[in-house]
Parts: sequence; structure tokens; C-alpha cells
Amino acid sequence: MSLAERVLQGEVRAAARLMRDIDDGLRSAVDELKLLYPHTGSAYVIGITGPPGAGKSTLVDQLTAAYRKQGKRVGIVAVDPTSPFTGGAILGDRIRMNRHADDDGVFIRSLATRGHLGGISRSTGDVVNVLDAMGMEVVIIETVGVGQDEIDIVRMAHTTVVVMVPGLGDDIQAIKAGILEIGDVFVVNKADRDEADRTVRDLAVMLEMNPDKDRGWRPKVLKTEASRNRGIEELVSELEAHRQYLHSSGAINHFLEEKNASLFLDILKERLFAEVYGHIHVNGRFRAVMEGMMTRRTDPYTAVEEILAERFGIGKG
Amino acid sequence: MAERKLRILVGKPGLDGHDRGAKIIARAFRDAGFEVIYTGLHQTPEQIVSAAIQEDVDCIGLSILSGAHNTLLPRVSDLLKEKQADDIVFFAGGVIPADDIPGLKSAGIKEVFTPGTSTEDLVNWVRENVRPRA
Repeated sequence: MSLAERVLQGEVRAAARLMRDIDDGLRSAVDELKLLYPHTGSAYVIGITGPPGAGKSTLVDQLTAAYRKQGKRVGIVAVDPTSPFTGGAILGDRIRMNRHADDDGVFIRSLATRGHLGGISRSTGDVVNVLDAMGMEVVIIETVGVGQDEIDIVRMAHTTVVVMVPGLGDDIQAIKAGILEIGDVFVVNKADRDEADRTVRDLAVMLEMNPDKDRGWRPKVLKTEASRNRGIEELVSELEAHRQYLHSSGAINHFLEEKNASLFLDILKERLFAEVYGHIHVNGRFRAVMEGMMTRRTDPYTAVEEILAERFGIGKG
Repeated sequence: MAERKLRILVGKPGLDGHDRGAKIIARAFRDAGFEVIYTGLHQTPEQIVSAAIQEDVDCIGLSILSGAHNTLLPRVSDLLKEKQADDIVFFAGGVIPADDIPGLKSAGIKEVFTPGTSTEDLVNWVRENVRPRA
């Protein structure tokens, strides 16, 4: 039986293996994903993003407990950074979620970014699809701790939650571009801290000024204390409100169009690049271009045009 | 462009009060280029095995100082067998009397490291004894 068939039967080991093959970039994983694709699309995908130490993992843990109480099966993808120097990583998000480790209704997978920028790993979307296909009704993606510009999560999640904490900066931070534009829901975690109300106010003012990136849905700012399970019920009902809004307003179609386009184009880019890169490596062209550039006899722009022309009969112009 | 990366779970079973040693080891494995799934303190054998399977690790390294090694470590081994996951290499380290080591090894713990082992030795042992899944 193929891994994909075993995944569809809900087999944990098969799903875990397939995720590994996906992450490691095995060709065989692509064939399995082809089989799974028709069985995806039913999970509600939530993205949790925000700076390091904001409490994202603890929030994911509490959300998971809340969804388990509703009887829903929950998949979690938790991303942590890969060292650019050694390629190693410490994936520590599970520490906060361990109470769910031996619950059959929860599947937690840690992923390293492996050099991918944007707050998630290249494999994240495919791993979400595996969880979706194995019957997880809610999938929560926790991004790496992000700064201002890592916003891949919006293409992946139906609802994006931006988690902030009090005291990270003045209100000018809140009007800069980037992650503060992508939240469907904002959470000020660690709300027992002194500056919490001010942070909520700054965010609310910022949102007030938004020329409604998405008319019809106005993101709210909620307060939580994830470690004490405070504010979680409110967050769950806000997530549900957003999910319903997506469907009742038809905004879901726009979301899916953009998501599908970016998935398709990413795969196209990746395969095209792999195709050409493999080719010029084998035939020695890569080395020749490198040598030419060293003496400035070859310029990289012409080299690319020539290679594309040879490979696909296109390029110039 | 496929490249297998070694994944290893580091955690602490039972009631140990701190995890400084485990963190140092996790860091050494990170610096060796491994992906370390760090599960932290107070883990039951069930939680450890379940995490190892979900994370599809090649190896489990547990640190234990509490003296409960003769109960907790064989339990992890048994669960791995029960779940047909005993292809995962399992080693342990901590304050473990020499007399207990043969028993642990026959229970399926591949190696037992005692205080004084350098992180370099540990990394080398893993490199020699654990291969990322083919």
C-alpha cells in the first residue's frame, strides 16, 4: 500500500514518514502528494505568527485544548529556524504542547525553516495537506518568531492571528508595513503586563487607519494570558466568526484563488529551476559561467538568456 | 536536491528538576547539523514515543538523573517495539550506576552515557551509529 493510501486511513507513522520525505525533497513524495491532493481542502487552517517569545506556542497549546473540547481533531505544524551556519536546528515548540502528545486526536509536527525565508518552511503547505488528508479538522501553523516582513502565512491560513506582547515599541512600529497588515485577528498576549492596554490601543488606532484591506471584516484586538488560559474562549469565537465571514461574504473564493495561484507558481518555479540547474551542473556550463564572471568576460544576464534559449528555445527579448 | 537530514529527539523522562545538561546536548547536536526536537522536562514514556513517531526521528536521546532509569527507559523501549518503531536508535545518559547498564542494554537501550562524557564523543557516537532513514 502506498504511503498516501495509509495516510488516508489515518495511519500516523505513514503520515510522519511522508512529511519527512516532503521535507527532504524526495521525488517519491511528489507522487504521494498527487494522490492526496483530491482529498484535501476540508481542514480549517489557522496561522499563528508574531515575534519570538510572544507566547505563540502556549497559545497554540490552549487553542488545541479548546478545539479538542469541541471534539475536533487538530493538526499542528510548528516552525523554528535552521542555523545558517551549521544547518542544524532546535525545534522546541513541542515543549509547550506536550500534554497533547499522547492524544490520538492531535498530531504535532515540528519543521525547520531549512533556509527558507518568509516565516515558514518550503514544505509547510504540503505538510498541511497531509494533515488535512488524514482527517484533521483544524490545522494550526505556528510560524517562526517573525519581525516585520515574514508574511508567507497569509497564503496558507484561512485566518491569520498576529500575536503581540506589551512593550515591544512605540506606536510608530504599529504603522509600518508588514506583519501588522496581515492579521485577521490581533492578540495582545501576556496581557497582565503594565503596558498591555496601551499596546491594545496602539494596535486599535493602527487598524482604524487601515483603508480596509478587506471590506466587511474588521480585525479586532483581543487580550490573552495564554499561560493562564485567559481570553482563549474569546479568541476561539473570534476565529469562528472569521471563518463564517469567509464563507458568508464569498471572501473564501478570493483567498483560494490567491492560495492556489501561489502554490502552483511556487511548484512551477521550483521545478523549472531544478530542471535548468541540474542541466547546467551536469554539462559544465555552471562552472564555465562562474569562470567567465570572475574575469568579467561573461555577464550573468547574457549567460541566463543563452541557457534558457538552449534549453527551451526561449530567452532573448 | 534531496538531502536526508538527521532528526533526533532529546528529552527528559520523569521527575528530574532541571534540564541544563539536556539543553547543552541539544545545542551540541544542533551545531553538528542535526534537527533536534527538544521536548523538555517531565515527559512520560508514552509522550516521548508518540512525539518520536509523529516527528519521524532517527534517534532518541534521553537524559535522566532521578534514579528511575530502570523503570522509565525500558518502558520507552517496550513502547517503541509495541508501535513497531524500534528502528529508532535509542540511547540514554545521566547518573546511572555501572551495575545497571548491562540490564538497560539488554532492554534495548543501544548505549548508556555516564557523567564526564564530552559532547564531542556524543556527536561522534551518533554519527557512527545513526543514519538518517534511507
